[in-house]
Amino acid sequence: MYLNTLVAQARALAAGEISSTELTRLHLDRCQQLDSRLNAIITLSAETALAQAEAADARRAAGQAGPLTGIPLLHKDIFCTQGVRTSCGSRMLDNFVAPYDATVVRRLQDAGMVMLGKTNMDEFAMGSSNETSYYGPVTNPWRAQTVPGGSSGGSAAAVAARLAAAATGTDTGGSIRQPAALCGITGIKPTYGRVSRYGMIAFASSLDQAGPMTRTAEDAALLLSAMSGFDPLDSTSIERDSEDYSAQLGDSLEGLTLGLPKEFFGAGLHPDVAAAIETAAAELEKLGARLKEITLPNSSLGIPAYYVVAPAEASSNLARFDGVRYGYRCADPADLQDLYCRSRSEGFGREVKRRIMIGTYALSSGYYDAYYLKAQQVRRLIRDDFQRAFEAVDVILGPTTPAPAFGLNEKTADPVSMYLNDIYTVTANLAGLPAMSLPAGFSGELPIGMHLIGNYFSEGRLLNVAHRYQQVTDWHERVPEGCE
Amino acid sequence: MEWETVIGLEIHVQLNTKSKIFSGSSTAYGAEPNSQASAVDLGLPGVLPVLNREVVRKAVKFGLAINAELAGQSVFARKNYFYPDLPKGYQISQYELPIVGRGAIDIDLPDGTRKTINITRAHLEEDAGKSIHDLYSDSTAVDLNRAGTPLVEIVSEPEMRSAAEAAAYMKTLHALVRYLDISDGNMQEGSFRCDANVSVRPAGSEQFGTRAELKNLNSFRFVEQAINYEVERQIALIESGGEVIQETRLYDPNKGETRSMRGKEQAHDYRYFPDPDLLPVDIDDSFIEEIRAELPELPAARRQRFIEQYELSDYDSGVLTASRELADYFETSVTTAGGHAKVCANWTMGELSAALNRDGVELSRSTVSARQLGELVARIQDQTISGKIAKTVFDALWNGEGEVDQVIEDRGLKQVTDTGAIEQLVDDVIAANPDQCEQYRNGNDKVLGYLVGQAMKQSQGKANPQQVNELLRQKLD
Repeated sequence: MYLNTLVAQARALAAGEISSTELTRLHLDRCQQLDSRLNAIITLSAETALAQAEAADARRAAGQAGPLTGIPLLHKDIFCTQGVRTSCGSRMLDNFVAPYDATVVRRLQDAGMVMLGKTNMDEFAMGSSNETSYYGPVTNPWRAQTVPGGSSGGSAAAVAARLAAAATGTDTGGSIRQPAALCGITGIKPTYGRVSRYGMIAFASSLDQAGPMTRTAEDAALLLSAMSGFDPLDSTSIERDSEDYSAQLGDSLEGLTLGLPKEFFGAGLHPDVAAAIETAAAELEKLGARLKEITLPNSSLGIPAYYVVAPAEASSNLARFDGVRYGYRCADPADLQDLYCRSRSEGFGREVKRRIMIGTYALSSGYYDAYYLKAQQVRRLIRDDFQRAFEAVDVILGPTTPAPAFGLNEKTADPVSMYLNDIYTVTANLAGLPAMSLPAGFSGELPIGMHLIGNYFSEGRLLNVAHRYQQVTDWHERVPEGCE
Repeated sequence: MEWETVIGLEIHVQLNTKSKIFSGSSTAYGAEPNSQASAVDLGLPGVLPVLNREVVRKAVKFGLAINAELAGQSVFARKNYFYPDLPKGYQISQYELPIVGRGAIDIDLPDGTRKTINITRAHLEEDAGKSIHDLYSDSTAVDLNRAGTPLVEIVSEPEMRSAAEAAAYMKTLHALVRYLDISDGNMQEGSFRCDANVSVRPAGSEQFGTRAELKNLNSFRFVEQAINYEVERQIALIESGGEVIQETRLYDPNKGETRSMRGKEQAHDYRYFPDPDLLPVDIDDSFIEEIRAELPELPAARRQRFIEQYELSDYDSGVLTASRELADYFETSVTTAGGHAKVCANWTMGELSAALNRDGVELSRSTVSARQLGELVARIQDQTISGKIAKTVFDALWNGEGEVDQVIEDRGLKQVTDTGAIEQLVDDVIAANPDQCEQYRNGNDKVLGYLVGQAMKQSQGKANPQQVNELLRQKLD
């Protein structure tokens, strides 16, 4: 049953073939068995999970079950969960238990889903390899000593290893899509404002967006429909009705134009990835889509702009972790200054401190115009590039990452080479566009991800393209060795 | 050398909304520490601010009252600094695009002239919490009840030229925010706080001197005292060959002096940037017009109306309209009295103000209500009591002895107008004072006053003095 997709589990529950309690136990057992190898989970909340499963079974017995009722999932440890620790992958919050649920958590709980636990992640979502976590790196289920990507690396590895059919993730510069690509699963980052950020610990507020990480587009559609929608607690959440993304999955691709940006196929792209994406594009062409080469001339500015805007916002967002009210506090502070300095020096890891320093510098008087303001202008250019492209094409297609998963510690000494892993993904965040990654082949035993970017609120269209592709391919059905 | 003082004020006004600017917590003053601090106010991870619409309305109301440019779009920005009573590590404020742009207000100067003070801007921001340093010997306590309370910071141009002008400006603004009902203006509770930028320059100079920013000026008196002290300090410093340095100075009301708090080099770099958690605030014309329609009569207009409608002097009108409460009190008393505005004005500015001052009572807590004062004036006008007896009645009311007519009745203060009774009284006085009567008949008119006084005394003040006067004349002439 753990090999089943979300949709298949839903059918089994509806048919009474299995109870939520049984399904939950099955997944909890699996998490316990496999996670010593993966380290994908920070906190397993078995007790809460079983209580929720029981409630889900009761709800079904009362005839009030919805499509997601009783299905177990994992939440990235960036979402606040009432009563269950929310660490954000940091020593700073190792002892933090929120007195509230994030809106995403609340919505899925209201739909009857069962939370198995909280997944590992790069500290405060800052990283592309899951190596910055206070709780240690996550192993890519496809190959030992290989990273799963980040920052939602725990969620991606857990779904790939079938610890759960679904997990939540967040994406600030590629943190859903890049690990989805590296772990061979499907993940979507919705339009900025589509999913509430309330209760999701902020990294870069103007870029952060939550989304589902699943094996198939069909599962992602089901989950995203439940996650998204206006939230009065988030001022940047958009007042727009929820959509049923599942309804559009079967739409024909006939007449659809796919744009291939030439900037995404240039130097630095691994030949296996290039070949896989070209094959995937050809597959979609067979399904009725037209291919068109396009240009996004300012793409190369994406990484530099991102690494000004994101750290700038982060430097301010992370100021609240000061050792005064909650979280880590250093031992025996001599005075206030000492309390601040040591609590933050000891509570934060290297990458977080690096970004706080970069961001503080970028916002400093005398540098603000040259860095922050300039980066915001670049953001506009990137947005304009996309809008021009969408005049000619419906969906943009390319590789999610330049290369398949890399080795543990391979890039930790060189932050810039690590940052370049997000070269194809950051522009969607800077522009606020929906984008997704889905499995499109392998390089040896390592998965390759295809990247789809759509115009604002075109999540339904992206999922439709992905679903039609997954109906004629089986990359998403492959199971890592040892996880069968 | 002649020196000119240059002063600009930054006034923080706490808006009297029920809930905070970015959370639903109550803003009520004086609650148990931290009992009014929600997850948002505490800056817990993942929580987000949501702007209180009422705060925007009140800011716009203020903008309209000072004829300010109202920004079509204003933006909230983060002001970053660390302090234990600042839970998020930044204060949400407005920086480049404040909600209220340039405006102006007229102030009355002590010499009777009027001056226009330009207001540079007014922006919205959240208040910080409170650090309490003297509660525990070895640690500081933090109360976050105040964190997130809405403030509007009103920044003036450096156009005031004396401490008295600064105080007049502050008083005018204070009255205005209370008229507008956007703040309770309570200075003890910190609802109306002032910082002053003070510098001096040689008279006639166009260039500004180096300024010091004075903090902690939480009363009209302290503003004057602190500025006067600072001006003298700066002049003495320059004249002795020294140089004023740009710094922040704290006013110590106990010692009556200012002392350095931090210099320019210790000034924070606040790293302002637009808050990505909040959307820009768009204010359209229909919203502005809706609020304009709700604007109450403003102090200047009301003062003018008092002059015209009640035929009061400019001075009296100014006194009566200095606060909305006093003006309301006066007008209620006039309505109850059925006119007689001048008498009502005299009683309001006279007996009532004296009693309030004497007992240190706020007008809102006056035991004599405006209606009662109006009734009292009505009783004077219909000759139920004399003006003199009315003072006795007022005192009784002040001491809470009930209603006007009841006091008059219970104490038997009703004026005697019965001609027979007064005639008897007059006859008694004439019989008892033959010498004085003789003097009067010999042409000493002044003695009549003494005789009237005697009659009034005998009647315990209740006889109608007019009637006594007339009867005495009739009988003696």
